[in-house]
Amino acid sequence: MATDTLHHGAVAEPHEHHDAAGTKVFGFWVYLMSDLVIFGSLFATYAVLMKGTAGGPTAADIFELPFVLVETFLLLVSSFTFGMGVLAMNANRINQVKAWLAVTFLLGAAFVGMEVYEFQHLIHQGYGPDRSAFLSSFFTLVGTHGLHVTFGLIWILVMLVQLSTKGLNDMTRPRILCLSLFWHFLDIVWICVFSFVYLMGVL
Amino acid sequence: MFGKLSLEAIPYHEPIIMVVAAFMAIGGIALVGALTYYRKWGWLWNEWFTSVDHKKLGIMYFIVALVMLLRGFADAIMMRTQLAMAAGGAAGYLPPEHYDQIFTAHGVIMIFFVAMPMVIGLMNLVVPLQIGARDVAFPFLNNLSFWLFAAAAILVNISLVVGEFAKTGWLAYAPLSGIEFSPGVGVDYWIWALQISGVGTTLTGINFFVTILKMRTKGMTLFRMPIFTWTSLCANILIIASFPILTATVALLTLDRYLGMHFFTNDFGGNMMMYVNLIWAWGHPEVYILILPAFGVFSEVISTFARKRLFGYMTMVWATIAITLLSFIVWLHHFFTMGAGANVNAFFGIMTMIIAIPTGVKVFNWLFTIYRGSLELTSPVLWTLGFIITFTLGGMTGVMLAVPAANFVLHNSLFVIAHFHNVIIGGVVFGMMAGLTFWFPKAFGFTLSEKWGKRSFWCWFIGFYVAFMPLYVLAFFGAVRRMQSYANPEWQPWMILAWVGAVIIMMGIACTIIQFWVSIRDRQQNADVTGDPWDGRTLEWSTSSPAPFYNFARLPEVGDIDSFWSQKQRSNEQLEDAPYTDIHMPRNTVAGPVISLFALVLGFALVWHIWWLAAVGLIGVMASFIARVFNDDVDYYVPAADVERIERKHQLEREQQLGMEAQA
Repeated sequence: MATDTLHHGAVAEPHEHHDAAGTKVFGFWVYLMSDLVIFGSLFATYAVLMKGTAGGPTAADIFELPFVLVETFLLLVSSFTFGMGVLAMNANRINQVKAWLAVTFLLGAAFVGMEVYEFQHLIHQGYGPDRSAFLSSFFTLVGTHGLHVTFGLIWILVMLVQLSTKGLNDMTRPRILCLSLFWHFLDIVWICVFSFVYLMGVL
Repeated sequence: MFGKLSLEAIPYHEPIIMVVAAFMAIGGIALVGALTYYRKWGWLWNEWFTSVDHKKLGIMYFIVALVMLLRGFADAIMMRTQLAMAAGGAAGYLPPEHYDQIFTAHGVIMIFFVAMPMVIGLMNLVVPLQIGARDVAFPFLNNLSFWLFAAAAILVNISLVVGEFAKTGWLAYAPLSGIEFSPGVGVDYWIWALQISGVGTTLTGINFFVTILKMRTKGMTLFRMPIFTWTSLCANILIIASFPILTATVALLTLDRYLGMHFFTNDFGGNMMMYVNLIWAWGHPEVYILILPAFGVFSEVISTFARKRLFGYMTMVWATIAITLLSFIVWLHHFFTMGAGANVNAFFGIMTMIIAIPTGVKVFNWLFTIYRGSLELTSPVLWTLGFIITFTLGGMTGVMLAVPAANFVLHNSLFVIAHFHNVIIGGVVFGMMAGLTFWFPKAFGFTLSEKWGKRSFWCWFIGFYVAFMPLYVLAFFGAVRRMQSYANPEWQPWMILAWVGAVIIMMGIACTIIQFWVSIRDRQQNADVTGDPWDGRTLEWSTSSPAPFYNFARLPEVGDIDSFWSQKQRSNEQLEDAPYTDIHMPRNTVAGPVISLFALVLGFALVWHIWWLAAVGLIGVMASFIARVFNDDVDYYVPAADVERIERKHQLEREQQLGMEAQA
């Protein structure tokens, strides 16, 4: 579409400008799909190894649903606040974008904090990832998600700095869109973790 | 301070390794000295290392791949020599722990550091030109992908001199590759080399997938794309969908080794069969990542030199897509004997045989393209004909292996080795040699010597059969793979014959080296002034050779399959000379080499458990990446006047050259 409108009488060749931001976002989608394959492999591994408790605790023994429910809501709400941030970006309200990103950061950091607490608690009880294949796959699946969220947090910080120094422009806008895709993607993965690992483990 | 690393890690007592290391050191010093003497460092850095030009990256991929081919081949000839000697109780000259490292390194190097970079290098060189684009979708990531691959290649070569390489076979099956049975650093080198290059490969997959879908020139619909672009598209889909499985699998093995987890251990609930499933869920698509682009090369070569449009373009495309899908549901045929049960084996056996159907479609398409064409027997065509014969044979032994009942007899024997060399040499290597010869003038502006190219082909072709047919025979005598010596002296004549074959292949490699030498020497005579030395059919031949850094002064428009060809048929209708316009281009980047250097440091530190250095590497990777993100100055415009000047200069050169030829 952009190609057609730009084609005649354009200063530069139409193709370069044809939707560079769109190409970036599309490329990021493709990256997310490849990341999904990593999570798929880890879910498959968890499914195969979840019975391999080797005399150690089972899922029902160690998961505390209320705690995980709080984590889940933190992440769900953070997805909502990020969505608000993108709406603010579309309305060109840069301060609101920054505010919503900051709120998202706090919620995400709280989520990671709770996860670290949960891991540390389990390890203290002697249920670390080296105890059994079940625990190895649990720590790895959930930890990989947590690591992704941590990278998302770093990315939010980078974007906050860039919004302050560069403002909203052709470079920062697609990055915020990609980050929002990343964040919602992690939310969806977490819903799978919550249902498949925690709910099915306890119920 | 230095983790597990000490001076004892350097194998002084192994004369072979020390001699090789000495040669590498002399070569390296000579190279560094020459670069310094001729003051070429700045040129190398500015024009090549930091370049985001897909053509230069393609050339660099090929250079590294050819160097690694020498290393991988050295491993091969060492193995063949050992087996030619070690019969009937003789020990040969390679002790088992060294022999095991060699066959592991041979497989890893040939697949990850020769075949993959050749395929990716060719995609880099050709795909953007074929679709009429000025660059790939993400030029910086393209540079980063190359350097991550190069860092991994360096890591593998470090393992030769510092420590050891894995002794596990190229896929490092657990639990053998676990910490209990492989306590040394060999598997760790394998892990980090694969992870670093794997990240680069995944980025390449995403990059080219987006490039092909989003950057095609006006009028080039999907079903007007050249076949090489189609096969590259499918190979990149396979990369995106399968390489993350490798990343995850190797990461799990890493956790087993480094943090004492139990994914693939014998005890504590681990499941080693999970490893074999996961690694082949990547591994089988991987072989199609390699072969599909080779199919694309043959398609381009055969239609160009038969002077005919490819027979059955649509069936060729759909056969490629069918193979892409099927490649994900056959992985279990790599381990029929593991005990999944008769029904599961039957399913995967049948799926495997079904892949032969689209492949057969392709073979007939190539044959029918030749039929009633006027085939010119150039060296790319020789490679193609050699491929059709050899690959069909290898495909048939593959279908034999796909029969689970037969597989129980053949598995783990030299039959398997003969089969996959049959398809990888006959398919991928022949394909890459054909592609190299075919597109070399587009990269450098002169053609390669046909005489030495044909000699190389005949050596490879004959050498392959002499080297690998004996292995089929030996398999029926009961010879298994990965053995360092054998008791039965009756096998030895066949082993010696196989060694002779390897020597003939070595002559083929020598011919290629001579070919480069002769062709560079005679580059004036062989100059490609028209940009279209083979009377080509697709867009890459419509621009000059070597292509200018912006590829096309004016972006071409496409109305057909083989659009450039039909445009030439309509020749005389002169295109109106639209004025040149400014061209938007990406800037070079230092971030790619810097990030990859830190990744190399990180990998090396993790291999040797030097945790502070690992922290330096990790922080370096992240900091240099973030620094890149803060760099706004990533692109620029080439003014229309500059484009005009470059184009006019080229035209002048071309007219002079043509005038000189007319006089002579």
